[in-house]
Amino acid sequence: MKEITKMTALALGQMIKKKEIKVFEAVLAQLEAIKQREPSYHCYITVLEEEALQMAKKVQEQIDAGLLEDSPLAGVPVAIKDNICTKGIKTTCASKMLADYVPSYDATVIERLKAGGAIIIGKSNMDEFSMGSTTETSYYGATKNPWDKERVPGGSSGGSAAAVAAGEAFFALASDTGGSIRQPAAYCGVIGLKPTYGTVSRYGLIAYASSLDQIGTMGKSVSDCASSLELISGYDPKDSTSIKESHFQYRDALVEGLKGMKIGVPKGIWKAGLDPENAHAIQEAIGLFRNMGAHIEEFEMESMEYAGPSYNIIACAEASSNLSRYDGVKYGFRSMEYEDLEDLYIKTRSEAFGEEVKRRIMLGTLVLSSDYYESYYKKALKVRSLINRSFQKAFEKCDILLTPTTPTTAPKLGTSLSDPLKMYHTDTYNVAINLAGLPALSIPCGLDSKGLPMGLQLIGKHFGEKDIIRAAYNFEQSGSLVSNGNEF
Amino acid sequence: MKLYETVIGLEVHVELATKSKIFCSCSTEFGGEPNSHCCPICIGLPGTLPVLNKKVVEYAIAAGLALNCSITQKCKFDRKNYFYPDLPKAYQVSQLYLPLCRNGYIEIETEAGKKRIGIHEIHIEEDAGKLIHDAFEDGSLIDYNRCGIPLIEIVSEPDMRSPQEVIAYLEKLKMILQYLGVSDCKMQEGSLRADINLSVRELGSNQLGVRTEMKNMNSFKAIARAIEGESKRQIELLEANKAVIQETRRWDDKLNTSISMRSKEDAKDYRYFPDPDLPPMEISQEWIDQIKGRQPELRDEKVERYQRDYGIPAYDASIITGIKKLAELFEETVEICGKAKEVSNWIIVELMRLLREEEMEAEDICFAPVNLAKLIQLIEEGKINRTVAKEVFEHIFKENVNPEEYVEQHDLSLVSDDGLLRSVIEKIILENPKSLEDYRNGKDKVIGYLVGQTMKEMKGKADPSMVKDIIYDLLNP
Repeated sequence: MKEITKMTALALGQMIKKKEIKVFEAVLAQLEAIKQREPSYHCYITVLEEEALQMAKKVQEQIDAGLLEDSPLAGVPVAIKDNICTKGIKTTCASKMLADYVPSYDATVIERLKAGGAIIIGKSNMDEFSMGSTTETSYYGATKNPWDKERVPGGSSGGSAAAVAAGEAFFALASDTGGSIRQPAAYCGVIGLKPTYGTVSRYGLIAYASSLDQIGTMGKSVSDCASSLELISGYDPKDSTSIKESHFQYRDALVEGLKGMKIGVPKGIWKAGLDPENAHAIQEAIGLFRNMGAHIEEFEMESMEYAGPSYNIIACAEASSNLSRYDGVKYGFRSMEYEDLEDLYIKTRSEAFGEEVKRRIMLGTLVLSSDYYESYYKKALKVRSLINRSFQKAFEKCDILLTPTTPTTAPKLGTSLSDPLKMYHTDTYNVAINLAGLPALSIPCGLDSKGLPMGLQLIGKHFGEKDIIRAAYNFEQSGSLVSNGNEF
Repeated sequence: MKLYETVIGLEVHVELATKSKIFCSCSTEFGGEPNSHCCPICIGLPGTLPVLNKKVVEYAIAAGLALNCSITQKCKFDRKNYFYPDLPKAYQVSQLYLPLCRNGYIEIETEAGKKRIGIHEIHIEEDAGKLIHDAFEDGSLIDYNRCGIPLIEIVSEPDMRSPQEVIAYLEKLKMILQYLGVSDCKMQEGSLRADINLSVRELGSNQLGVRTEMKNMNSFKAIARAIEGESKRQIELLEANKAVIQETRRWDDKLNTSISMRSKEDAKDYRYFPDPDLPPMEISQEWIDQIKGRQPELRDEKVERYQRDYGIPAYDASIITGIKKLAELFEETVEICGKAKEVSNWIIVELMRLLREEEMEAEDICFAPVNLAKLIQLIEEGKINRTVAKEVFEHIFKENVNPEEYVEQHDLSLVSDDGLLRSVIEKIILENPKSLEDYRNGKDKVIGYLVGQTMKEMKGKADPSMVKDIIYDLLNP
């Protein structure tokens, strides 16, 4: 039998269904792998040994009783990004501020995972409050890239991506505000899928930037991502921005054939500081799609150059408001010594937030202040609607868009934080998609000369997940490219 | 001294009477153990999201329509950001950019006749919690029960010129909102609170002076005193050639003066921006029409109808409709016993007297209309007289007694036994030989004296007109 942790989530789920593997065996194997590999990669903030074994027992009973028939991921261990609330289990956002914070309720996605019999194996590392692109801003220390321990796994969902890549989880939930699922997926050689804004309930996702945040999935295969997304999607009355749609049968899109699909390639991607090796990989991928019968068309897209600044202003503005509740009064960290209320606020927030979080709170506070509101925040909203229109126009010409996920492969640890603008640049292909609320995924498209995975990004129309899943599935089936090229 | 004019605008916060809070299903009930009406949403725990209670919008639209406002059919919620321990999310959801209602007015009665007070806007927002200072521990405690209770803020134009106009405006506002049922407007429980914006200027000037704001006034009397006091302070400043500073002041009713809290220079920047957790609201004309259609009858319509349908005088109608609770009581009682003028008399005379004596608000009346109806019935049927009835009414008012049972238990029915009454009266005439003599000498007044003596002897349980008849009978054999 193939080593358990090398299987895809769906393969393991199937074997569990066939009673070829017991749930607790799978969980034990997963815990064992975590024990061995955590010292190298540090994917988790919390590992849930006892809880996972208890859950395994319960799920096995359900399966034995003939329940969970329609649940392909029953019994499969999953990693949860540590900004998604889990009842009774510490949820820290990788911040000193919430180091001891234990939520009193489960996020809607957690309820759905549990109902589907998935086994939560741990809470994965991330950039503090999702602010960062390397997972180095975590209060708990950086996660390392399983392809090269000297390199970052990307961020902010670096823990989730690395866990999947290192065989420390079969799949993972993460959140994506400006590339936080896709960029680490690209760096770690896994698939990362961010759905349309409103597809997955945000209830229980600790907010960074509410109008951009969206929960999605990461996995070893397109099918794993499609299946897990199907499990967590759907209207939630607890989230006013969740959409009353019911076309969530993503597995239906796992079909062969791309004949006639129109794929657009924005011309701007070739500039934007794209590494020649990555550019080459994208060219090859385009060729592959063409060979599979897709029509490729390159065209200019307007306003994209303003996506970065607009994103930074909107994300920071919302963050400055969302993170104000951490004031040392009700829960979380409180400074030991303070003189009065004002001092309590200042000391608590100065001591418990990291540099990047403070930077973004200050920036957001500035752009919302009455003197700057018009010239920054309001203008950023205008750009946002221009970008929306630009995507709309593009989708009049094509079914999906194709771009690189990142301009380069994973940088070395310790080289990014000193130059925030450079770090923000790694999300250059990602942020416009969040501004427009579109679905997008990242899929590996080869290794560079350093042996590091490169990523290809496919972007769909609103609720066009099935289009990008189908394209990615066919790309994956063509078999020319990596998913698990490393030791796992 | 020059002649000055005071210019006043009000911001009135009104708690809406919805059963649950604005963004979660917690109860809005007043009182309750601290932090017992709370959930992860209204205390803003990380990851929670608001879901708008539609009833809140409905009530706010109803208020807007009754105050002659136009309804903003595409409206949004904004966050008002500031740090304070009673505000658990560190922002209050409110409406700055697109308030729900705009450009309304209400009409008030002044000495000079009717006057229109403009309503600039009405917007929806959430209330904050309450901070309680613990003197023993030298710390503060927080009660979040009030957090997330829906409020509307009604912002008037600076159209008022005197405390009398302000009180008339507030009374009218309170009455309209109570009639609509959108708020109980209990000032003592904080469900109606007013901020006063006040400036003074030379009479005849059409430019506004520098204004100050006095926050969270919660009694009409304090408001009247605050206006007097603050106008006086500002006029004195101007007379002394000093400038009024734009600032927030707190009225201290005990010291009878206002105290500076913060000036415009250190005014907070609330960094308002559209709340990304709440999508913009689309309010259909259909919905507005539905709410309009369900709008209850307001005071002016009631006054007219009471005169027309019940035949009671305009004076009675205007007093009864002055308080929603009295109007309800009137209508329900008349529905049962049919005697409109009689019911109106009982309300205006006896009930109002008891409310004054007991220092109660009409909202606190707790007896059933059927008991007042039965009381009136007992009088009509000649079972009790008015003196007894007043006594019984006090018990209805205080204990909601059933008058029929009460009269029976306390043996208060009129004696209608002709023989018994005759023998009592005969005895009284015999004991008062002078009265008989006076009567014979043409002094009719003596009849009244004899009636009084008989009623006293009967402990009030006789019908005076019947007694009178018997006396005449006996005196004129």
